[in-house]
Amino acid sequence: MNAAAAGPVARIEGVGLVFGRTRALVDVSLDLPAGTTVGLIGPDGVGKSSLLSLIAGARAVQTGRISVLGGDISDVIHRGAVQPRIAYMPQGLGRNLYPTLSVAENVDFFGRLFGQDTAERQGRIARLLESTGLAPFADRPAQKLSGGMKQKLGLCCALIHDPDLLILDEPTTGVDPLSRRQFWELIDSIRSARADMSVIVATAYMEEAARFDWLVAMDSGHVLATGTPAELMARTGTADLDAAFVALLPRERREGYEGMAIPPRTTQADGTAAIEAGGLTMRFGDFTAVDNVSFRIERGEIFGFLGSNGCGKTTTMKMLTGLLPASAGTARLFGHEVDPRDMETRRRVGYMSQAFSLYTELTVRQNLVLHARLFEMAEDDIPGRVEAMVGRFGLADVVDALPDALPLGIRQRLSLAVALIHGPDILILDEPTSGVDPVARAGFWQMLGELSRRDGVTIFVSTHFMNEAALCDRISLMHAGRVLISDTPAAIVERQGAADLEAAFIACLEDAIGEGGTAAPPPPLAEAAETGPTRSRAFDPRRMLAYTTREALELRRDPIRATLAILGSLILMFVIGYGINTDVRDLSFAVLDHDDTTISRDYVLDIAGSPYFIEATPLTGHADMDARMRAGEISLALEIPPGFARDLARGVPVEIGAWIDGAMPSRAETVRGYVQGMHATWLARKARELHGAAATPGSFDLVIRYRYNPTVESLIAMVPAVLPMLLLMIPAMLTVLSIVREKELGSIVNFYVTPVTRLEFLLGKQLPYIAVSLLNFLLLMAFAVFFFQVPFTGSFLALTLGAVLYAFVATAMGLFISTFMRSQTAAIFATALLTLIPSMQFSGLMDPVSSLEGAGALIGRIFPAAHFTTIARGTFSKGLGFDDLAASYWPLVLAIPVLLGLAAIFLRKQER
Amino acid sequence: MRLANVLNLGIKELRGLARDTAMLILIVYSFSIAVYMQSRSVPDALNRAALAIVDGDQSTLSTRITTAFYPPHFNPPVLIGEHEMDARLDMGLDTFALVIPPGFERDVAAGRMPEVQLNIDATRMTQAFTGGGYISSIVGSEVREYVDRYRSAPMPNADLALRARFNPALDQSWFGAITNVITSVTMLSIILTGAALIREREHGTIEHLLVMPVTPTEIMLSKVWSMALVVWVATAFSLLVVVQGLLGVPLGGSLTLFLAATALQLIATTCMGIFIATIAGAMPQFGLLMMLILMPLQILSGAMTPRESMPEVIQTIMLAAPNTHFVILAQAILFRGAGFAVVWPQFAALVVISAAYFFLALAQFRRFLR
Repeated sequence: MNAAAAGPVARIEGVGLVFGRTRALVDVSLDLPAGTTVGLIGPDGVGKSSLLSLIAGARAVQTGRISVLGGDISDVIHRGAVQPRIAYMPQGLGRNLYPTLSVAENVDFFGRLFGQDTAERQGRIARLLESTGLAPFADRPAQKLSGGMKQKLGLCCALIHDPDLLILDEPTTGVDPLSRRQFWELIDSIRSARADMSVIVATAYMEEAARFDWLVAMDSGHVLATGTPAELMARTGTADLDAAFVALLPRERREGYEGMAIPPRTTQADGTAAIEAGGLTMRFGDFTAVDNVSFRIERGEIFGFLGSNGCGKTTTMKMLTGLLPASAGTARLFGHEVDPRDMETRRRVGYMSQAFSLYTELTVRQNLVLHARLFEMAEDDIPGRVEAMVGRFGLADVVDALPDALPLGIRQRLSLAVALIHGPDILILDEPTSGVDPVARAGFWQMLGELSRRDGVTIFVSTHFMNEAALCDRISLMHAGRVLISDTPAAIVERQGAADLEAAFIACLEDAIGEGGTAAPPPPLAEAAETGPTRSRAFDPRRMLAYTTREALELRRDPIRATLAILGSLILMFVIGYGINTDVRDLSFAVLDHDDTTISRDYVLDIAGSPYFIEATPLTGHADMDARMRAGEISLALEIPPGFARDLARGVPVEIGAWIDGAMPSRAETVRGYVQGMHATWLARKARELHGAAATPGSFDLVIRYRYNPTVESLIAMVPAVLPMLLLMIPAMLTVLSIVREKELGSIVNFYVTPVTRLEFLLGKQLPYIAVSLLNFLLLMAFAVFFFQVPFTGSFLALTLGAVLYAFVATAMGLFISTFMRSQTAAIFATALLTLIPSMQFSGLMDPVSSLEGAGALIGRIFPAAHFTTIARGTFSKGLGFDDLAASYWPLVLAIPVLLGLAAIFLRKQER
Repeated sequence: MRLANVLNLGIKELRGLARDTAMLILIVYSFSIAVYMQSRSVPDALNRAALAIVDGDQSTLSTRITTAFYPPHFNPPVLIGEHEMDARLDMGLDTFALVIPPGFERDVAAGRMPEVQLNIDATRMTQAFTGGGYISSIVGSEVREYVDRYRSAPMPNADLALRARFNPALDQSWFGAITNVITSVTMLSIILTGAALIREREHGTIEHLLVMPVTPTEIMLSKVWSMALVVWVATAFSLLVVVQGLLGVPLGGSLTLFLAATALQLIATTCMGIFIATIAGAMPQFGLLMMLILMPLQILSGAMTPRESMPEVIQTIMLAAPNTHFVILAQAILFRGAGFAVVWPQFAALVVISAAYFFLALAQFRRFLR
């Protein structure tokens, strides 16, 4: 490789990176040679990923300077210019892929992001899928691919635009040895086709690093050493990279490292099987995750389990622990069949799951104590036991720290301590050491050795590391739900006639898959036809539509989100239409009639005869009135004084007492209005009866005309006013989620490292939800008009125009809110608070905007929902059209660029 | 089932919550600032209603009427010409338009029964009725006072002494404050429990629990009691400090009785949180589902508008929701000072509903863990 061909592909000068109190990178200076494969080696959390994301431009440089492809990556213009030449595949299996999209759709999306036209994309996709062997699976959703295939797909997506710099962050973690080898062969073939391409890879597998041209060994934010693999080994005088890496560590970090070794088993089998699986099978629907797996593990044995992610290891372990009931077959622990309900067996098992799964909100000590208690240890024994565990696993210094603040190695020790707190006989460990540095791993295995050899604990462990597998007493290789081979490591190597365990496994896998393995080397990637320099346009509709298409596909394939998006608003409209009802009808009232004359009865009859009130049994006295009002039985109580009829006839002033239940003030107000009205009418009638029809001075007629809603029905008043609320909340929330989801799942990185501009991203995300919003609008309209039978009197066109503008506003508001949100949960609440409350309280749904005061009045004037309420009510009930409502459109029109602009300003094109 | 496990796991939940700053802020906000703000910002039923008057008479009497409308119930009336009236109502500038015809004063004095027209924008339901009532009584009393000097024969003279019980001034903020507390109780208990469950699932800790000698019932109960306790304490605080203290709302009945009911309500809602969380599986779905459940729960429970004015079917369906009973009970206890003798049916309903929800949620939770 011609490393000296040009200047470095990336020059890193004094770069530091701090997250809160953690220093991820400390003053790193480094030149990465161009045209070679550069490997960053070291365990998790040493700064490899941070460095790669800085080089890729996905993360903003804090201190120092990084030049990539001949310019400062912090410079926005340079970054824009070189981004089309860089490909970045972040850490985590398929983290930047879209699980519901098919293989072809995923690659297609990336092609669009780089502004390629259909013909170009199709050609490239076909070539890439062909050469990676993914062509037969082009229509399979990414989430249903195996780990190895996901990595290949990730690679296809990265290579779609012929990058000059390929940055791969731990591309093979969690992939089986065969897929791993195929992956690197693929990279080699690409490199041979494009010799000037530079590749930067981070890896935790030292075996893998041996094949790279140039290595950078890193530890806790520092560069330990650089050079070719041979140089590093020569410098440290070691035979393999694992040992070389340890030797490069500062003295205090490698203390206690004695290499990886476990004394052979001395206490030979006493015949008791600790774990026994017989024909264990697990089916999920028509997918068989574990297929007829049998094995027998003796007491005190260390039994290793190997296989790629998703081959059924974890499922098998879950069946052994009783987490999953087996579809068929049996699992026995100490001769007892595993029964999820049997608490006794659980007490004999310690389990350490793949991901760190202790409570990060509890301190180390609290975690230990909690688990001890849950295992029902005697309260007196707990402190002693916790101390013992803390001492044994070297946790004394961190006993009051939160797990999140601890390095991975220590967290793994804590997990082990927790799994052992109750002194189990069997320990089940699911990939306990992935990502842990070699020193910690060696220490960890030493502990396992002690547990097995000294304490006689049976250990069932799964791993990806061959040097760990070699330490086990026996190992099983699993693939696609089946156990391929099960024997001692030495016997497996011997049987396959292979040089080492890895080769032996690859041979096994090839036999199982039944393909010639590397027999058919992938066709080299045809050097892409020169398409000319892809000029980065300021606004490329193709890139925008890439997001639109993808978003639409994802929404369609997420049944919950899609259904809620459409049915949600209908349900809510139904609820609100019927629920927010201010009609007051059939209220019960009771009378305490001391007079009991025809006149007094006539008075009561007037009220009882109205549709608003229903008379309840008369009151017997004040105590009765009090009790019944307290119980909420009657909303109105009337007391007619003695001599009412007589005094009335004489013109002596009399007073009728009326008590209204004021618990619900709005209802009380309405009741008061009714009663007052009826009282006045009754008096006027009496006056005429007493004094004849002769006109009395002072009488007049008050004619009330209920405009727009002559029957004064709540539905007619509410339904048009609910539209703005629903059409704001649901589209805004979906839009917010569409962006925050990407932030949370990690696929936002595609926005960071590709030439997509902020506006393209925002608009692309917005468009599908505008469509959803309009669909919602039509559905709600149909529901309002046909189901609720709310008369529509105005211009439908005028309302539709308002709805279109409003859809833009609502989704733009979602975009704006999303820029401040990191987690989906927070986003949902914030959106609900920010859309629901103002649109319910300050937009004229309940109280007219003209009646609001202070801050409420201000919100009512600028909040878009208030203006759309005017449009909706105007067109629905008031028979209005464009001309009458012109003043309400402008605020909406204005809100769109303002909100979009704010969203674009606050949206970050890089992670910080 | 071991109570020790339930206790230990519950304490773990509380410790977890103590470190979740966002949730703590949400709790404090919902029970203090939100309650305070919303109760203060909701205007009274008839607050600053927009009234326009078309004064075709321009007489002493019509001027008298015009000056009789003033804040807080009405904005000072806008005097407009008849031709402007429709457009202003269309634009929503006015809610009421009163038309006093030419010769009104003369006709009133002569007993010729002149006609005053009141136009009401009936799309604004909250003000339409009450405002209409106010306006007609104000106009009536002005006219009566004016013509008193012309009166000769004794008129039937009966006064209506209207008093509102439990809230003499019909202060909306009292109602708003309590409604808000109820809303917060329901919302937070669902969110806290649901989020606690989903967080465990996402972090994989629930699997860890299951390999230990802990049963699903214990796991669920621990979440129910711990989160219910948090909300319960927050409710008590909110009522005592915010509602009674800051807002000065006099609470009619026994706070103890209300808090006992709150505890029952919380069992039902926390179980609901568990149930929704198991169906949703992930936080975003949970959030969306919650909106669809929470809003009907609040709106149809009678907390915002009177239950009796909803369609019969909905009233019946809503009997299955704890909120309905809780709202009835809260209004009875807190406003009307009702005692247990009055609200026992609601208590009984809450007990039945909480129990039913608990077993439903438990069954669903077991299915979810499988």
